[in-house]
Amino acid sequence: MKPLVVLAARSLWNRRGGAALTVFAIAVSVTLLVGVETMRSGARESFARTISGTDLIVGARSGPINLLLYSVFRVGDATTNVSWQSYELVSRHPDVAWTIPISLGDSHRGYRVMGTSGDYFLHYRYGNRQDLRFSAGGPFKDADDAVVGAEVARALGYSTGDEITLAHGIGAGSFAPHDEHPFRIAGILAPTGTPVDRTVHVSLEAIAEIHEDWQGGARSLTNPARHPHDGDDPEGAASDAGAQAVPAGITAFLVGMRSKDAVLQMQRALNEFRGEPLSAVIPGVALQQLWQIVGVADRALLVIAACVVLAGLIGMLTSILASLRERRREMAVLRSVGARPLHVFTLMVLEAALLALAGVIAGVAAAHAILAGVAPLLASRYGLFMASAGPGVYDLLLAGAVVGAAILAGLVPAWLAYRNSLADGLTIRT
Amino acid sequence: MIELAIDIEGLAFAWSGGEPVLDVPQFQVRRGESVFLRGPSGSGKSTLLGVISGVLAPGRGRIGVLGSDLGRLTGAERDSYRAAHIGLVFQMFNLLPYLSVLDNVLLPARFSAVRRQRARPDAESEARRLLAELGIPAATVTGRPATELSVGQQQRVAVARALLGRPELVIADEPTSALDSDTRDAFLRLLMAECAAAGATLLFVSHDTALGTQFDRRLSIAEINLAEPHREPA
Repeated sequence: MKPLVVLAARSLWNRRGGAALTVFAIAVSVTLLVGVETMRSGARESFARTISGTDLIVGARSGPINLLLYSVFRVGDATTNVSWQSYELVSRHPDVAWTIPISLGDSHRGYRVMGTSGDYFLHYRYGNRQDLRFSAGGPFKDADDAVVGAEVARALGYSTGDEITLAHGIGAGSFAPHDEHPFRIAGILAPTGTPVDRTVHVSLEAIAEIHEDWQGGARSLTNPARHPHDGDDPEGAASDAGAQAVPAGITAFLVGMRSKDAVLQMQRALNEFRGEPLSAVIPGVALQQLWQIVGVADRALLVIAACVVLAGLIGMLTSILASLRERRREMAVLRSVGARPLHVFTLMVLEAALLALAGVIAGVAAAHAILAGVAPLLASRYGLFMASAGPGVYDLLLAGAVVGAAILAGLVPAWLAYRNSLADGLTIRT
Repeated sequence: MIELAIDIEGLAFAWSGGEPVLDVPQFQVRRGESVFLRGPSGSGKSTLLGVISGVLAPGRGRIGVLGSDLGRLTGAERDSYRAAHIGLVFQMFNLLPYLSVLDNVLLPARFSAVRRQRARPDAESEARRLLAELGIPAATVTGRPATELSVGQQQRVAVARALLGRPELVIADEPTSALDSDTRDAFLRLLMAECAAAGATLLFVSHDTALGTQFDRRLSIAEINLAEPHREPA
């Protein structure tokens, strides 16, 4: 076996121009596959890291995924609000450790604005129960303060003390500006790799204040968009908010329980709440459900990458098959010095295996070199954290799979060479 | 000690579905003998060599080679038999271009334990000795591909390889046809001297009758093969 490996390697080296191209094709495909898979697991991990430490997300009655999307990922909108009374009721419950109100509906230059309380900066957790940290400034102190996420600050070039105005509605060119109420940036959050980075945070009081003159006013006639803050306000509370603005309703709220045992009980109680129709979801469960939907896209990506590897192997098969004709002489010489047809067969399989092995090693090395190079950028810009810095078990499995597939592919030219070698014998055909 | 190196009786061979190519009632070569077999292409000589060297399975008859009946051996047994006992030299392109001269010569020792064990004192020493005797400069033996040598030198390397590990039978199939007349005569002298020194039987096939003078015995293939001459399937 060992002399055959040496022979196969020498023979390949002799044809190193063509062999290098084959190895390169396999390497590129393997780089792609490793890259896609690493990004995939990074994305999955980042996704699961979006929210942690929160036991329940509560919003108006809707599906768990919808609730998760608008409350955590800032995607889509709530159909209705949760009344402030219900929120107060839950937050005063003896089993509840903390609550974080969330009020959505405004935007700032394409970034969502979230009204919340100071508890947000105390209790919100992401990733592995990491809390929010400030890269500059601190939490908002009054209704004129805003706290922006890392990406907002980076993309718009904000620093603490800058003044910004919010716009009503969502989208870059929002419907109407709340320009009579400017905000001062009190703090900038450190990057989290979660939607927090793309959020402008203000106090609930600020949300109430900037909307109070909108109640039934002339401007709302010129603005056909439904206002998420007042549409479901049964008492019109915001209109008489006065100096101390109390929100009539909020979009959703996060709940932390004193004991994990109480989570399911509280979830059931909220889902059966008689005061108004509510939905309470456990973030981990909802994240998993959402991933099953989102995951389809990245599974498709993986399938494509695997197909590219397959194409690389087919390229290898083609080049080996093309070389068979000119190598019949080589096979006849080997037969004349005592090689059996089985040796010829093994030689061809080994050749395929060596090509694939070289391609896999080069591909995995290149993939990890590239990933190491872009990892800081991915982490800071897109919040994608690569789990594995270096080659791991996955790469070994991949290498095994690719070399295995190459050996299977190599059986075809090996069988042809075997048959040629039986038929040709020692006759050297030129 | 078996006296005959080759002892063929009633051999018939036909490519599948084709006309008989070989019909050899009897062909014998004594051990240590050097035999010149003359025949034009299409006379069945390559097929005969294929049968004698155990690459082709004989259709019928007794193919005694060095005391074994190749007709009774399986393909794998014939392969190891050839590897152990027969050295082959072809017309041209004998050497693997990706191996050095030395590695080319050592190939039989890699595939056959018998050849490896018979080399004295060891395979590499014997290979270097044979190459030196055949006039291959020691400097060209390692470190570069064998195909950088001249055609004449390559043929001599092929002889060294055929003789490594002292096989009992050396078969040379038109080994001089690619050589010019000067190198051809020198090559032939070296081949016969080395075979004699190794005690190997030499079966030399060529269409060039001028070469036959130095051999113990000269034969025309037509004398031993009664099948109608026709084109070989090569």
